[in-house]
Amino acid sequence: MLSIRGLKTYFRTPQGDARAVDDVSLTIDPGEVMGVVGESGCGKSVMALSILGLLPSPPAFFAGGEILFKERDLLRLPSEELRRLRGDQISMIFQEPMSALNPVFTVGNQLVEVFRTHRGMGGTEALKQAIEMLAKVGVPAPERRVREYPYQLSGGMRQRVMIAMALACRPALLLADEPTTALDVSIQAQILELMIGLKEELGTAILLITHDLGVVAEITRRVAVMYTGRIMEEATTLDLFDHPLHPYTRGLMASIPRADASFETDQLNEIKGVVPSAVGLPPGCHFEPRCPEAFETCRSSRPELEEVRPAHHVACWRVSRG
Amino acid sequence: MAELLEVRGLVKHFPVRRGFMGRHAATVHAVDDVSFSLGENETLGLVGESGCGKSTTGFSILRLIEPTAGAVFFRGENILAFDPDRMRRLRRHMQIVFQDPFGSLNPRLTVERIIAEPLRNYEDIGTAERRERVAEALDLVGLRPEHMTRFPHEFSGGQRQRICVARALTLKPSLIVGDEPVSALDVSVRAQVLNLMVRLQRRLNLSYLFISHDLAVIRYVSHRVGVMYLGEIVELADAKSIYARPLHPYTRALLSAVPVPDPRRARQRILLKGDVPSPMKPPAGCRFHPRCPEVMAVCREEAPLTRIAESGHLVRCHLYDRGDIWNPISAACKAGAAAPPTKGERE
Repeated sequence: MLSIRGLKTYFRTPQGDARAVDDVSLTIDPGEVMGVVGESGCGKSVMALSILGLLPSPPAFFAGGEILFKERDLLRLPSEELRRLRGDQISMIFQEPMSALNPVFTVGNQLVEVFRTHRGMGGTEALKQAIEMLAKVGVPAPERRVREYPYQLSGGMRQRVMIAMALACRPALLLADEPTTALDVSIQAQILELMIGLKEELGTAILLITHDLGVVAEITRRVAVMYTGRIMEEATTLDLFDHPLHPYTRGLMASIPRADASFETDQLNEIKGVVPSAVGLPPGCHFEPRCPEAFETCRSSRPELEEVRPAHHVACWRVSRG
Repeated sequence: MAELLEVRGLVKHFPVRRGFMGRHAATVHAVDDVSFSLGENETLGLVGESGCGKSTTGFSILRLIEPTAGAVFFRGENILAFDPDRMRRLRRHMQIVFQDPFGSLNPRLTVERIIAEPLRNYEDIGTAERRERVAEALDLVGLRPEHMTRFPHEFSGGQRQRICVARALTLKPSLIVGDEPVSALDVSVRAQVLNLMVRLQRRLNLSYLFISHDLAVIRYVSHRVGVMYLGEIVELADAKSIYARPLHPYTRALLSAVPVPDPRRARQRILLKGDVPSPMKPPAGCRFHPRCPEVMAVCREEAPLTRIAESGHLVRCHLYDRGDIWNPISAACKAGAAAPPTKGERE
């Protein structure tokens, strides 16, 4: 349904082009939950914003690639058409619901707008739909809440409103950028549960962007691990956790403390050093300077994603050359 | 194990003023009757969701904000009774590391000036010796002497947090309060800072009060853990035991809600309904009762006392009313506590 091929999203900076997304390919099937996991600056959010054409240009520009959604290349779509698509067939929820909602309009106002813009509904009909949608995402007393302003809602409620707005038109694809990161654990559990339920009900595919491998394990079916603008490893979620292959993925997994009693962490793994800047990335594998298993080839030449197990792709010389 | 810190019945209420002439409108019950102790060389983790009062507890202990009531004994002396001069002299023994390594370092000062600041304030030593002490502190946290002349913006988040730790260490304190010290850091860097803090604890005989919302992080660093909800400690026990057999329904729900990086794990999630009530109007009876999956009639009427459960956990819940009432004063805050630090195999 969505197919990203060789996407390169760069930013012009005085120091040179920052390669935020550097040759990323990814597909999402209808109704699928795909995870993209990585640390800050790995390009996961920029990738999502590229899909929706939401990056300010300049400084952002596309140096190559295509994003095919239902056989149309989003990168080359006229902005008017892209706008009709946004919020209707593809929509997005963000990390911080407070800054994503407009503080001077009521919740109802903002929800009604979606129905009026994309469905051409009249005021009364749209309001009815808005209330129905709020009820669907588990906002108690939706008739009252619809008249309230974002500041009157808790963080969890705001995120529910965001989800209601995003799913109002039953989009084919939902981009969720760290949707639960700003929320408390108990509220995060509620929101994840809600997202899974709605996905089942509406058949929406979800691209879940997160830094949290726990969230990935809970709700995704497939997952891509990103580092400095590139996908390092991609597999089904079960396979990735059963057989993590890339040294970065393995390092990452061993560096998370765990709260479940069945798992005892004696010593957390440290990935040495820091993430290199997107300007002036290493010439070979981006992870090479921090990789405990790097060898000559890694320094000089960049590995591409290769299928090393069925449906399991890794970009690593150590793995592909045994 | 000698007690470094004993907190008894700590209370912090913030008045809320509104309207004409700032009339007193309400009270935020940020911390209500919190008692615990912290031994030498020990880490106590305080964990809870936003607004539960964990940071206010940390700040109150250092008197960065003045508590409303209660007592804080540091090496046996109630520091809430200290005059400003005495308090100032004491502060060198208790330091803090904040969450945001960007906001807590002055961008106009070099790293040397930042780390030397506590030395300037407390120790009458010459420039050369001061520089040596700064270099020593940098070395402890894994930074190099040439970093001294640089400014905070030249460092990554993890390195900045190391600078904050170095600054906290220069006066060789016995207590460090960490207020979400790794929450702003990425996973791989977070592990570096956590391991660093664990190593330093053993090397320098530090005690940590480690405050975090992250149950997994708290488990990794703590010897004992206190779970807070709406200003109260609802359960306090040895870290191993609290994660293996949580007693309080809130602790259980919280632990069941943490996403676990293991897709094969079948989970029994206890979903809590609704949001945390406002600390301006904490519910009558047990503060957790409106969200509690095991609520009973008595919970709506009567606030539970902290009791010692069979497993030794201190728990504030009517389900454990058969246990003895815990008296922090006679028990010297130590009933139900674990053995001294056992995480000796690290490093």
